[in-house]
Amino acid sequence: MADEPLVLGIETSCDETGVGIVRGHTLLADAVASSVDEHARFGGVVPEVASRAHLEAMVPTIERALREARVSASDLDGIAVTAGPGLAGALLVGVSAAKAYAYALGKPLYGVNHLASHICVDQLEHGALPEPTMALLVSGGHSSLLLAPDITADVRPLGSTIDDAAGEAFDKVARVLNLGFPGGPVIDRYAREGDPEAIAFPRGLTGPRDAPYDFSFSGLKTAVARWIEAKRAAGEEVPVRDVSASFQEAVTDVLTRKAVRACKDEGVDHLMIGGGVAANSRLRSMAEERCAAVGITLRVPRPKLCTDNGAMVAALGAEMVARRRAASDWDLPADSSLPVTEPHVPGESQADGDEQGHSHDHVHELSRKNLYS
Amino acid sequence: MLLLALDTATPAVTVALYDTDGDRVLAAADQTDARRHGELLLPTVDRVLRDAGRTLHDVGRIVAGVGPGPYTGLRVGLATAEAFGAALSIPVLGLCTLDGIAYASGLDVPFVVATDARRKEVYWARYADCRTRTDGPAVDRPAELPEDVTRMPAVGAGARLYEETFEGLRTDLPLDQSAAALACLAGEKLAKGEEFLPPRPLYLRRPDARVPANYKVVTPR
Ligand SMILES: [Zn+2]
Repeated sequence: MADEPLVLGIETSCDETGVGIVRGHTLLADAVASSVDEHARFGGVVPEVASRAHLEAMVPTIERALREARVSASDLDGIAVTAGPGLAGALLVGVSAAKAYAYALGKPLYGVNHLASHICVDQLEHGALPEPTMALLVSGGHSSLLLAPDITADVRPLGSTIDDAAGEAFDKVARVLNLGFPGGPVIDRYAREGDPEAIAFPRGLTGPRDAPYDFSFSGLKTAVARWIEAKRAAGEEVPVRDVSASFQEAVTDVLTRKAVRACKDEGVDHLMIGGGVAANSRLRSMAEERCAAVGITLRVPRPKLCTDNGAMVAALGAEMVARRRAASDWDLPADSSLPVTEPHVPGESQADGDEQGHSHDHVHELSRKNLYS
Repeated sequence: MLLLALDTATPAVTVALYDTDGDRVLAAADQTDARRHGELLLPTVDRVLRDAGRTLHDVGRIVAGVGPGPYTGLRVGLATAEAFGAALSIPVLGLCTLDGIAYASGLDVPFVVATDARRKEVYWARYADCRTRTDGPAVDRPAELPEDVTRMPAVGAGARLYEETFEGLRTDLPLDQSAAALACLAGEKLAKGEEFLPPRPLYLRRPDARVPANYKVVTPR
């Protein structure tokens, strides 16, 4: 096992400063400093607040991860960092620190894709990813269905949200219900005591002519707000538990239905779910039922590996080293809209043999612009 | 001892390698592109070290300009400086960016340094001479500065930008930050045993974030 690549990964694309260390598929350390509490009163992630917090936490979190893993920085085979997509200023803190560490230690630098990292982290939980892997990524920043024949070189977007990310819908409904930020965990908790069939909320983009793998949660969010306002206007009490359960049911119904369909259409016999919303208990149980019913193997990492963390970046970095992918150059940029089709950013001077030119005409995976609407 | 100095608090990415024993700059490089600090800094450090025929392991202290300056670029320099310091287990010494510009002016009369703070404001500080800051740093609209400040000899790109306000603009003196000057200043302060700032940004402004009003009602009226 000792000859498997030892890689440190840095993640700063949103509000978590994450540093992980892995050896191949083995997790050695997963240090995270979150600024979520500083954002709570704003009801969403404030980019400047996140960037300031990243800078404060960066070096201490790296040092904590090295202590936890009981490895010496000089033994690392490489340093991986999220190069995008994400908040530009936040990414830049991690990219700058990663470059400086790699340069000072004389180690190769791997700028990797945040979304591909969310998929690759499952190797730390369930071993090597099957090829291809079908992945449903759901969080406050992204909602995507991805097919990954090779997580280091070939990731194909099948569909993504056309408006809000799934996690954003949770945040917004929580705001309407005055439940605070972030909305996911609290709605999950109330939903456990509610009736998921109490209110029939709409399932976006599920008509026969709709894009089969795209998602839309904006209409659902509006329908929920309208329903609550009608109750309030009539002077009735809002049944928070039933609203939570019925809303959550609508989200998870669409997510799992489309993911299972994508597996069937593509002939893939297993499904990976990642991202912060993968911690949702109903999404997990519904995905289990539906996958089992059609013979699909479900792979969902433990919740701490589903939310943004450095271990996922390290996991993808280790795979880059194992497959001898080209390292990044010292002028690696932070790319807030790095396409999911680019699992890593190889240096100009040392491009991989098996990679062709990349185009940037992709769907942006982040929908932060709606944060304050 | 070798000092590696860097500053990204102004549109310039500036790096210098300085030898305190010989009291001289071994190599320096400056690039100006306010939007690409993150891409330019590490290659510039690499070039400076190569030019001097040294490696990072020969360096005994990192000197970093801590601003004030536009935040995104400023953080590139400080994240880099701190990571260098941690990876090499050497101290990181912070200096006010405006002090570097003041030092480079060589003036021995009272003057003001101003840099561009964007949003129609300047970062500024007042000096008794090129080594002695007496006021600031602060961030203000040039027109709102007291007249005794705007009439002083003025250096820096912020004074140039608002030339009509800074009547004493000295166009003959360096406008931009230079890591070489920052390194010389650090060398002097080290020799005198003076204190440095922690390598943390001087933001001077609070984060730009408004608390959203309660959610918008979606029911049509
Ligand atoms: Zn994420």
